[in-house]
Amino acid sequence: MAKKHELFGPPLNPLGTRLEAEDMEKIAHVRAKPNAKYAWAAGAAISRFLEELKNGRIIGRKCARCERVLVPPRMFCERCFQPTTEWVYLPGTGVVETFSISYIDQNANRVKEPILVGVVAFDGAPPHCGIMHYFGEVKPEELKIGMPVEPVWKPAEERVGSVLDIKYFRPRKK
Amino acid sequence: MRDVVVLGVGATAFTSQTPEVNWKELMYEAAVKAYADAQIDPRRDVDSFITCAEDFWEGFSIFDEFTPDQLGAVLRPMMTVCGDGLQGLANAYMQIKTGLFNIVVVEAHSKISELLTYEHVVEMAYDPIYERPLSAERNVHPYYVAGLEMNLYLHATGTTEEQCALVAVQNRRQALNNPRAPYGARLGLQEIFHSGYAFTPLKKWEIASRADGCIVFVLAAAELARRLTKKPLVYVEGIGWSSESPWIAARSADAGYARRAAQMAYRQAGITNPRRQIDVIEVEDRFAFKELQHLEALGFARPGEAGWLMQAGAIGPEGELKVNLSGGSLGCGDLIEASALQRALEIVLQLRGEAGARQVPNARVGVAQSWRGLPHGTGAVAVFARRD
Ligand SMILES: [Zn+2]
Repeated sequence: MAKKHELFGPPLNPLGTRLEAEDMEKIAHVRAKPNAKYAWAAGAAISRFLEELKNGRIIGRKCARCERVLVPPRMFCERCFQPTTEWVYLPGTGVVETFSISYIDQNANRVKEPILVGVVAFDGAPPHCGIMHYFGEVKPEELKIGMPVEPVWKPAEERVGSVLDIKYFRPRKK
Repeated sequence: MRDVVVLGVGATAFTSQTPEVNWKELMYEAAVKAYADAQIDPRRDVDSFITCAEDFWEGFSIFDEFTPDQLGAVLRPMMTVCGDGLQGLANAYMQIKTGLFNIVVVEAHSKISELLTYEHVVEMAYDPIYERPLSAERNVHPYYVAGLEMNLYLHATGTTEEQCALVAVQNRRQALNNPRAPYGARLGLQEIFHSGYAFTPLKKWEIASRADGCIVFVLAAAELARRLTKKPLVYVEGIGWSSESPWIAARSADAGYARRAAQMAYRQAGITNPRRQIDVIEVEDRFAFKELQHLEALGFARPGEAGWLMQAGAIGPEGELKVNLSGGSLGCGDLIEASALQRALEIVLQLRGEAGARQVPNARVGVAQSWRGLPHGTGAVAVFARRD
C-alpha cells in the first residue's frame, strides 16, 4: 500500500477549482446541428409484410431447413444461412412472450399512464419469432407472460403499411 | 509465420440505386456468392467475421450489431472496422497470421443511395471547431478540398489538366469491359472539359459518381486452403496502411498516406521495383488526378511523370502499366468503404484469370490501393500474388 502512495501521491487540489458563471462564459464552444437524412429501403421481405399489414394480415417466411416461421419475414434464415422459401399467413393471435410496464417517457419524465410494451409470439410460429408491440385494454397488473392476445387493427382506411397499423394487442376473449 | 490466401470472393453488381433490397439483403447476396466461390459453409467453417462500415453512412448507431444475420455470423466472433475494405482485410490478415483463426470473412458495402444529405454528412467529417464553420458560412460543397489538392498537385509536379482528364476518359471506357460497372461511357477529352469546372481545376466528369454494392472476401490460412479448394490460390503478400494529419492546410501534394502504406506492404511482399515486379494495378481514382498522384506514390512513376505516361499511352489496357482495368471508381462508382474491396476484387480476378474481356495475360502479381476519400488522408495498399 505504501508503494501506491508513492506512485500517485495525495490529491493535488482536493477542493477543486472554484468557477463562477463568468468563468464559464470564457470557455469557447462551437455549435452545429447535423443535417443527416436517410430513406432506407425496407427490403423484399419487410415490404411484403408492411403491405399485408395494410390488408389487416400478418405474414411470415418459412425456413425449409429449421421450419421456423420468421415474423417479421426475412429472405434468409440467420440460423441456417439458407434462403427462406415460403410465405405463410398467420392468424395474428398469439401469446405474450415478455413485457414491461414503462413508467418513463422518451424525455425521462415519469408518466401517469404507464406504457405497456412487449413481445408477442404468434400462433403458428415457434417462440422467439414474434414482434414487439404495445398492449392495451388490459390493466398493468393483469398482464402476464403466456397470456393469449389478439391484434387490434386501425380501421382499414387509416392503415398505411406500417407496424402502427396494429394499434396494440389485447387479451383474447375466451 | 503462416501464409494467408484469398479462398473466395463474391460481389453484387454496382448500381446507382438499390431500392429493391435492404442493406441486409444486399450483403446476403455477396456473402452467398463468396461462400459458394470458397466452397464453405459459414455456419460451420468460418472462425471470424469483419465488416467495414461507418455509422453516419448507414444512418443508425452501432452498425456492427446489424451485421451477423446476413453473413452467417450469429453467435460468432464479429467486429466492425470503422475504415475501408483494405483496412478490414488487414485485420483479417492479422487474425490469421497470428494463428488465432483459420478462416476469416471480410465484408464491405455501400448503401449510400439511402443517404439523402450526402454532402452534409461529408461535411461532418471536417474538423468541427475550425473547418466546418468555414464550409457552412458560404454553403460550399465539401469536395472543394479535391480542387485544393489537385491544384497543389498540378503545381508541384507540372502535370496538366489534360493529362488528368485522360484518366476520366480511359476509366469510363474501361468500365464498358466490366459487367459490374455502371458508369461505362465512351467520352472524348472535349466532353470532360465541357462538363465544366466543379472546383478548379477539377471538372465535373473527373469526379466519380456514387454507387451501391457489396463485396465479400474469404481469407484463409494457406495450408488449410490447399486442402479446401482446387482453384488457384491468391496469396496476400503484404498489406499496409497509413494516415496523414487531418489538417487540410497541412496536406502534402504527394499522397503521403499512399506512399507510406505502399512502403509497408512492399516491405512485407519483397517488392523493390514495383514497375518491374507488379503486373496489374488498381489505384483509387475518385477524382481523376488521384490516379496519377497515387501511381507516383506507389512508385510506378516519379513525381510528375505519371501524367506524361498517361499521355503516351503507357498507362491502361494497351500500356506497360495495367492500371484500373476494372474502370476504377470513375467506372465502377464510388462505393464508399467498399471501393477498397472493389480494387482488391479486380486484382484477385486478374490473378485467377477470371477478368473476362479485361484479362491481362499471365498476371502473377497485383497491387490494390485505397483512399478513404475526402476530407481525410488515410489509405491502404495490399499486394497479392500467385505462387504456383
Ligand atoms: Zn432456418
